Amino acid sequence: MAEITYRDAVIRGIAQEMSRDNDVVFLGEDVAKAGGVFKATVGLYEQFGPLRVRDTPISEQAILGAAMGAAMTGLKPIAEIMFSDFFAVCFDYIANEFPKSRYMSNGQTKCPLVVRTGNGAGSRFGAQHSQSVENWCMMIPGLKVVAPSSPVDVIGLLAAAVRDPDPVIFLEHKSLYPTKGEVPDGEIVDKLGTAKILRPGRDATILALALMVPRALEAAERLKAEHGIDCEVVDVRSLVPLDTQTILGSVAKTHRLFTVEENPRLCGWGAEIVSIVADEAFYDLDSPPVRITTPHIPLPAADILEDIVLPTPERIVDTVRRSLQG
Amino acid sequence: MATARNSAQAAPGSGLNDDIGEDKRLALYRSQLRIREAEQRAFDLFLQNLVKGTSHLSLGQEAVASGFAEAMQKGDLSFCTYRGHAHTLARGVSVEKVLGELMQRDNGLMRGKGGSMHLTSEEHGVMGSYAIIGAHLPIACGAAWRAQYKGDKDVSVCFFGDGTTNIGAFHEALNFAAVWKLPVVFVCENNLYMEYTPIGDVTAVPHPAADRAAAYRLERIIIGGNGADVVYRTAQKAYAKARAGEGPSLIEALTYRHSGHSRADPAKYRPEGELEKWKERDPIKIYRERLKQFGVGDKVIAGIDAEVRKEVDDATEACKAAPMPPLDILTTDVYADGGWAWRN
Ligand SMILES: Cc1ncc(C[n+]2csc(CCOP(=O)(O)OP(=O)(O)O)c2C)c(N)n1
Ligand SMILES: [Mg+2]
Repeated sequence: MAEITYRDAVIRGIAQEMSRDNDVVFLGEDVAKAGGVFKATVGLYEQFGPLRVRDTPISEQAILGAAMGAAMTGLKPIAEIMFSDFFAVCFDYIANEFPKSRYMSNGQTKCPLVVRTGNGAGSRFGAQHSQSVENWCMMIPGLKVVAPSSPVDVIGLLAAAVRDPDPVIFLEHKSLYPTKGEVPDGEIVDKLGTAKILRPGRDATILALALMVPRALEAAERLKAEHGIDCEVVDVRSLVPLDTQTILGSVAKTHRLFTVEENPRLCGWGAEIVSIVADEAFYDLDSPPVRITTPHIPLPAADILEDIVLPTPERIVDTVRRSLQG
Repeated sequence: MATARNSAQAAPGSGLNDDIGEDKRLALYRSQLRIREAEQRAFDLFLQNLVKGTSHLSLGQEAVASGFAEAMQKGDLSFCTYRGHAHTLARGVSVEKVLGELMQRDNGLMRGKGGSMHLTSEEHGVMGSYAIIGAHLPIACGAAWRAQYKGDKDVSVCFFGDGTTNIGAFHEALNFAAVWKLPVVFVCENNLYMEYTPIGDVTAVPHPAADRAAAYRLERIIIGGNGADVVYRTAQKAYAKARAGEGPSLIEALTYRHSGHSRADPAKYRPEGELEKWKERDPIKIYRERLKQFGVGDKVIAGIDAEVRKEVDDATEACKAAPMPPLDILTTDVYADGGWAWRN
């Protein structure tokens, strides 16, 4: 057991998979010699050499296209897109190429690759370097979409993503890079499509993802201590495949559902989950499900502004308390 | 600077035993004719409403597809566009599989799941036909990167049109391939038009591909794309360079499509006489004459013609008789487990 940062977990996860399989290669902008703009790939170039860890030009389409061509023909590439906002300049690969080639070719074409990216707000970078784009990815059939919240999940889910035969979008939260967590020694391999109940509770289910997970946990502690409300916190972890059973099971127990989403309101992942719960567990519910999201605005840069728009522990506490106690 | 001229104007070679040789010439002829006949049949079937959706024919552009494919070795990879029937056929995929896909039948190459614009046959090295302009240039780079990394000797060959040279992915891919010295060959089929707009109206340079080569420290290569021998020799050179680890090539092949951009296009925008002028340089016509110059008898040519027509006729009948795809393939192969499950 050791305590490491989320950032170091990324390095360890990539290194674990590259050590295991020579077909795992890694490419991106400034990732090799410089170790990445978030320093989440430091040392990989030194460890695995210039043939396996490669700096690219500022060519997001070339990065993702090359990853796809390599994946189709036998490699297991990990491609980095520095900020998830930049998905917009290479979205053809994410939306049209990776996820549709297998289907269109009637099963001939494979695409076992991972796109890692820095996602999410909290760095005061403004509207084009702070977005949470998990919902952009979730809506595309053929992709898998993962967003870990802790160092141990980073390693385990990254390993699962690299070993998965489908294209996986791996969303690392920029604000979580410096956070720390306990990680066991040795190889760690987790399972895609599994949510985790991080805090059991009886009165309400709070679903969260990535940076919203520690906020939901903090809110749950305060709801218990200050208001006697016992919340179950579920880390969704994987949007596709979605662990609907864990979610429905939790709602069946608590009869109340809250989602905490960093993405802007419209078509956020919580909307899909609320609709599933409405379809399949309506009579389990004691009150309407509530979505706690970032409002439907571009993200502001100033700290005071950014801090109010993201869901905070305070907003979660207030929302849950008002819903339960009126 | 390598600038070969159209073989129609070139003097014939020294004889049957020149560098290409009779067997390969007959293969080049057969390949071009298969494309011609299959594409013409696709057009006829469209008029009978048996080909649905869209389709983009390569009538008039056969020499590019055949020349590049015939110079390939087994294991070399083709990356095509929506105008990809020709390249798919040229790698040896059966006419029945191609027409079946165009006719949305269960005997189609992808059982109707891909359609005319996405012909794929990995067993023949056809690594997909891509309908988002430019998308496959970076993908071809990736396949070439795998070859470089693994020490494999195959070449990735990427075909695209003149219009494609104005999209970002073209430039990203060329720079990427040049910097990484990848074994990839980029083939621009300059047929003078993007969809309906002449390429010259929207491009800053006269040669949309070749005039950009210098920006990536690549050789400026323009060839007459209607002479299969010239195309074949150009391909051989570029593949040899790629296999030797000397990096990518960019080749601009001048050609012309006899039909409209897609099946819906009557091509009214062409200046008077342009089509007729290019039809004089019809690759099939050029090649028949060339075979004769090299002493191939009329009977041999007629024999190939008959075999090819029979393949296309038989394929047409087989496709007409083939069932439509069953509905249960709707949800197969979304994910690698063969299914479409996104939740438990
Ligand atoms: C990104 C993108 N933009 C536009 C189109 C629509 N489109 C389809 S074919 C085409 C013309 C392409 O011209 P060219 O590259 O010369 O190829 P050709 O059709 O002549 O073979 C266009 C604009 C598209 N498919 N993808
Ligand atoms: Mg064109």
